[in-house]
Amino acid sequence: MSSSSAFNEEKGGSSSVGEPEYGHDPASGGIFSSDYKRHDDLKEMLDSNKDSLKLEAMKRIVAMIARGKNASDLFPAVVKNVACKNIEVKKLVYVYLVRYAEEQQDLALLSISTFQRGLKDPNQLIRASALRVLSSIRVTIIVPIMMLAIKEAASDMSPYVRKTAAHAIPKLYSLDPEQKDQLIEVIEKLLADKTTLVAGSVVMAFEEVCPERIDLIHKNYRKLCNLLIDVEEWGQVVIINMLTRYARTQFLNPNINESLLEEGGGADKTFYGSDEDEDEDEEEKEKKAEAAAMAKRKPYVMDPDHRLLLRNTKPLLQSRNAAVVMAVAQLYFHLAPKAEVGVIAKALVRLLRSHSEVQYVVLQNVATMTIKRRGMFEPYLKSFYIRSTDPTQIKILKLEVLTNLANETNISTILREFQTYIKSMDKDFVAATIQAIGRCATNIGEVRDTCLNGLVQLLSNRDELVVAESVVVIKKLLQMQPEKHSDIIKHMAKLTDNIQVPMARASILWLIGEYCEHVPKIAPDVLRKMAKSFTNEEDIVKLQILNLAAKLYLTNSKQTKLLTQYVLNLAKYDQNYDIRDRARFIRQLIVPTEKSGALSKYAKKLFLALKPAPVLESPFKDRDHFQLGSLSHLLNAKAGGYQELPDWPESAPDASVRNVEVKESVPEWTKCSSREKRKEKKVEKPFYSDSEGESGPTESADSESDSASGSESGSEGSGSASESEESGGVSVSEEEEEEEEEEKKTKKRELKKAVQESESEQSSEEEDRKHERKMKQQKSDSESESDEEEESESESSQSESDDSESEAEVRKKKKAAESKPPSKPAKRETTKEKKEMSLLDLDDFEPAPSPQVTPVNNLFSNSLVTDLEGLSLSEAVLLPATITPSSVLKSYELLHRITGEGLSVEYCFSRQPFSPDANMVAVQMQFTNSSASDTKSLHMEDVKLQSGMRVKEFPEIESLPAGETATAVMGIDFCDSTQAANFQLCTHTRKFFVSIQPPVGELMRPVFLTENEFKKEQGQLMGMNEITEKLTLDAKCRNEHAIVQRVTTAANLSRVPCGSDKECSPPVPPPEHPVHRFAGRTVTSGSLVLVTVATREEGAAQLTINCEKMVIGTMLVKDILLALTQ
Amino acid sequence: MINSLFLISHSGDIFLEKHWKSVISRSVCDYFLEAKEKAGDPENVAPVLQTPHHYLISIYRGKLFFLSVTQTEVPPLFVIEFLHRVADTFQDYFGDCSEVVIKENTVTVYELLEEMLDNGFPLATESNVLKEMIRPPTILRSVVNTLTGGSNVGGTLPTGQLSNVPWRRAGVKYTNNEAYFDVIEEIDAILDKSGTTVFAEIQGVVEACVKLTGMPDLTLSFMNPRLLDDVSFHPCVRFKRWESERVLSFIPPDGNFRLMSYHVSSQNLVAIPVYVKQNISFLETGSCGRLDITIGPKQTMGKTVENLTVTIPMPKSVLSVNLTATQGTYTFDLTTKVVLWDVGKLNPQKLPNLRGSISIQTGSPKPEENPSINIGLQIQQLAISGLKVSRLDMYGEKYKPFKGVKYVTKAGKFQVRT
Repeated sequence: MSSSSAFNEEKGGSSSVGEPEYGHDPASGGIFSSDYKRHDDLKEMLDSNKDSLKLEAMKRIVAMIARGKNASDLFPAVVKNVACKNIEVKKLVYVYLVRYAEEQQDLALLSISTFQRGLKDPNQLIRASALRVLSSIRVTIIVPIMMLAIKEAASDMSPYVRKTAAHAIPKLYSLDPEQKDQLIEVIEKLLADKTTLVAGSVVMAFEEVCPERIDLIHKNYRKLCNLLIDVEEWGQVVIINMLTRYARTQFLNPNINESLLEEGGGADKTFYGSDEDEDEDEEEKEKKAEAAAMAKRKPYVMDPDHRLLLRNTKPLLQSRNAAVVMAVAQLYFHLAPKAEVGVIAKALVRLLRSHSEVQYVVLQNVATMTIKRRGMFEPYLKSFYIRSTDPTQIKILKLEVLTNLANETNISTILREFQTYIKSMDKDFVAATIQAIGRCATNIGEVRDTCLNGLVQLLSNRDELVVAESVVVIKKLLQMQPEKHSDIIKHMAKLTDNIQVPMARASILWLIGEYCEHVPKIAPDVLRKMAKSFTNEEDIVKLQILNLAAKLYLTNSKQTKLLTQYVLNLAKYDQNYDIRDRARFIRQLIVPTEKSGALSKYAKKLFLALKPAPVLESPFKDRDHFQLGSLSHLLNAKAGGYQELPDWPESAPDASVRNVEVKESVPEWTKCSSREKRKEKKVEKPFYSDSEGESGPTESADSESDSASGSESGSEGSGSASESEESGGVSVSEEEEEEEEEEKKTKKRELKKAVQESESEQSSEEEDRKHERKMKQQKSDSESESDEEEESESESSQSESDDSESEAEVRKKKKAAESKPPSKPAKRETTKEKKEMSLLDLDDFEPAPSPQVTPVNNLFSNSLVTDLEGLSLSEAVLLPATITPSSVLKSYELLHRITGEGLSVEYCFSRQPFSPDANMVAVQMQFTNSSASDTKSLHMEDVKLQSGMRVKEFPEIESLPAGETATAVMGIDFCDSTQAANFQLCTHTRKFFVSIQPPVGELMRPVFLTENEFKKEQGQLMGMNEITEKLTLDAKCRNEHAIVQRVTTAANLSRVPCGSDKECSPPVPPPEHPVHRFAGRTVTSGSLVLVTVATREEGAAQLTINCEKMVIGTMLVKDILLALTQ
Repeated sequence: MINSLFLISHSGDIFLEKHWKSVISRSVCDYFLEAKEKAGDPENVAPVLQTPHHYLISIYRGKLFFLSVTQTEVPPLFVIEFLHRVADTFQDYFGDCSEVVIKENTVTVYELLEEMLDNGFPLATESNVLKEMIRPPTILRSVVNTLTGGSNVGGTLPTGQLSNVPWRRAGVKYTNNEAYFDVIEEIDAILDKSGTTVFAEIQGVVEACVKLTGMPDLTLSFMNPRLLDDVSFHPCVRFKRWESERVLSFIPPDGNFRLMSYHVSSQNLVAIPVYVKQNISFLETGSCGRLDITIGPKQTMGKTVENLTVTIPMPKSVLSVNLTATQGTYTFDLTTKVVLWDVGKLNPQKLPNLRGSISIQTGSPKPEENPSINIGLQIQQLAISGLKVSRLDMYGEKYKPFKGVKYVTKAGKFQVRT
């Protein structure tokens, strides 16, 4: 019992006796006077200076409001108390104000000053609540005051107040739509807010005020995607729905090019096969020329922002909130590539366990989905089985889903299930089941006869409804193949004696009329019977009798002439004008008289024309033009304020609109800058193509402009700084290396570049450059010049003929000499490049694990790079542990921010040799101190390992100031097992238990093998050491570079150059189905790991792994399989 | 979003209304009441109705209709889920969500509704946050309030909304620190006449009752997390940890909450704890029928089946039943025509049996269909899927909490077709 009622009771029975009186109608005149009196008494209480009396009065008033009674005449007395000290009285006064202010505008103004004072309060919660009430008072005069308050609150320090401001926006808008422009400004400002608290509310305001201003979202798109998981659940729903619409306007349809892709891919292959580099070049230029035409043919590559949205919403399928799950489901349904939509099925099926209202809505949506994507729900068929205890509306919806799911393979199970449903007590449901059987029968030819027989059996059912429904369905089925079933028609003719349901009678009559030739004897007799009962029939039956009569007259006039005339006469005087009309019409048409025109000749054609069989369609067909999960979809009618889901654009709008200046962004969501990079790249392109043979000056000029644009997005944190420090000393050799590299690139890759440019949206070029640079950096950091030369030599030998090689070398040397004196611009370039690279790295450094992110993107450079990698390792050049930032590598969470009390630690396997001990895997850790105080003496202790494992601890970090980030490297010898290394991470105050467990792919290092070597080694690792798996490649992973990229992401392997025989002879056309080989050695024992991916037709492929260590082999198979099929 | 909310009793009495935007006349409910009349069974009222100017979205909970009115496009599930959250909050506050209780606590209800929605958009729906703002009524407090004129509105301003763990109150203190977890599994099954399983799956939830001081960070791990096919979590659970390590890592809300719900894949064979031998037949002549039901244990993993109940909704033409039960008692509801047999504990030595005759209205034909049998049961200390909690660790606080895990298996929608 609440305090209020307790209090009431204490008030001398006034409540317990008085309460029921409230229950009576207050408006009735009888008690009006006493009511009025009581209000007097309330006024007195409100005027008293005792809080308890005021509270009591307010409680009674609020109770009146709650029951829907008018308490408006108390307004003056109540409004006085708006400044009351007692917080509960105050709150109740607010409740009252919000309810009645609209009716008593003048008096309401009295309260405004209190709120204005509240808006200035130092306490954020008071500011927020003042704004909330102020904006809830629907008084037009205060619009300017509200506007001002909202604007002020929108830039409040406290996110909670800003959230309230966002809530106030739609309120003001509904009060005065004229304010729209100003409000949009506020929305724009709040959209840029970075807190999760505000995000949901402001998007809601956006949806209510200016849903058409999709352009406001661009800059905030990535932020919203990344914040999404931390937004409160209601906000998530609104944001997801809005982003669905946004994505439909900004990205390309992921499913549209499926056929085009294959076509395009095929063309590419032949073209690569037949031509040499030279020709490619030409072809490329051609391509460029007819860029417009090509645009259509280019294979679809998903915009990374599109992918970001899909990836960041997926975990929300696990939400406990059904609305969130539904929102994600509809997003996937409308936006995801076909192959990925399936993930939502499981979550939706889970919702079927929820309240029946939830089931109702979910089933409606599932019904729509099953029409388009049947396969998605097929595995969950049984979850849609119907229980006798389900409410009828749920049963009918489940039936709909089951019908949609029916196909040749499962139809027998479904029909068996239907059979039990027909016995149900719920007659509406039985009728729906019969309809469903009819639909299955029309859709699946194989079971048509079975269904028909079953339905015919139902004709002898005792329940008339069942019979009637069966007749209607049988009629539809028979229309498909009448000749075979004259006995069924006969059987049905007999039923006319018993069946009374008009629709069923009408159906039978129509059938007999339509197929009277199949039952020549019975038809006239039926007409005779019907003529007898004509006057007592329902209208639709009468119409069908007329119809039957006319048809019989035309086919068998001898026997039925009189009958027909009799019926027509009866109809002539019918009460219903439709029937009179019909009778007149038919008489003129079929009975030949002088007056009858030319039409009567065609009467037979008119009446007995072949009618097309009906198509039994789901009522949910085509409902998906409404956004799923919306009210409009549920009602199948546009609801007020519904925003149409736009169609995909023909060509992708400019993606760069979503770029954000990095300065503003938090590192977590700087994904964007890769875009900026791309733009820069485009600027650079001409340089590549012209620069063959050109040297220094142009390059540096270019780099200058570059660095200008780069600095815009500059000032990125941690990684880059340490980077450039490390590399500072060796910038000379680096630069030199770079030039060489560049030169080679220009020679060989020009065309390729162009291809990528046109082909892919992803800045693949970017990435491989980045990769190269990284490679370079490692090497140049440590290696001597000779090393470099060797390297480049062998590199070039891969692709160039011997003589050109030497030439190249000479040139290179010359170049090296030239650039040795470190010219200033050159130096600038290097530093700039560094920065750029680190930016890129951070791009990929996202909260969500992103296996998508690829170490290498360009197939050409990939082989080059892996070759390089292989080379340096095979020569056992041990590199010092300079570690490039984790960038492309997947990073894992070691210590969460909350668990770590502000200290968060992430680690990744940097794939660099660990210099103190070559048998260890290098693990790079990144410490971020997000707490308010410094963290001191970070070190590790108490290492618990499985036998044989060893750990090299990272050097102690003395102090990590608040807000800073530091990296450290440790080495772990996992002994070629995936067992975790457990240890304690200690700060000066705390200890955290953490553990690092390596994916099997990180337990190896790449080795360089030629194809022949590979085959030889493979030959020695047969039998037990070989594991072969067949797989179907993911649709997006059918080209060479995707395969290479996925395999190398999954495991630290290097690619075995496939074209190594190319060197000697002019390149042979690559085989239709290329085989990709990868090689590596386990870190501890050095056992060879050989991976072969042999592609076949249509995405089929065979994965073979040869490894002495069977455990590693089996685990690796799984990982790679996963990488290739997902 | 949501313009107004009406609470309507089973009989159609509108006893509470709340408007977040302009007032909408309660006459709008007439459309709903009409639909309710037409549907007969309250379960069959369509949750979403369209009227000329408004859309009505309703739920049916605890013999009450929560009817919300909206004028514009809104995801229906959004509203439905919110209404259920409102009902849950009432349940949480008052221990029950019924007409009587709500009428008793009108003012508190009103205050709650005021806080939960702002301009029709959900504001604070976490019970921990709400409880900081509006204290739930207790007998003690209402007595104290009566004497002192105190209030049930929190004197301090709530800060929960501002924290990054909005589900947890700040400054929680307990003398006994305890954390209990109940793993509750329900078997949903359809068995056909012969006793073969048409469809069976296990749905489970982990209900938690955590009363721990401060800001504990808990980690709950399972022996066999692979069993779980599909899961959904309370927002406090760190999804990433689950994805990578299959452990539940979370800072718990204070008090009772549902930590996770899960689904055990139907690929796994589901153990059906009981079998039902039944024979229900209606004679062609003589307007009567026979019923004979025996229940026996099947796969109970050595545990006792308790709280066994059998519910049989009879065809409408059944007049009365005359049965004898060897164990427990049975009732027959004349209006709903439901036979409810409360068996109690299942004794494997002496199987419970219910048999007797059914009399049917004279003149009415033999019912076409046989009623289905719904089974209810409970097995203590057993999670039928075999799920086991392996350990619970606490970080972030110094004290040693008392920990407990309980397993229960229940029958969910367990139906035997006849």
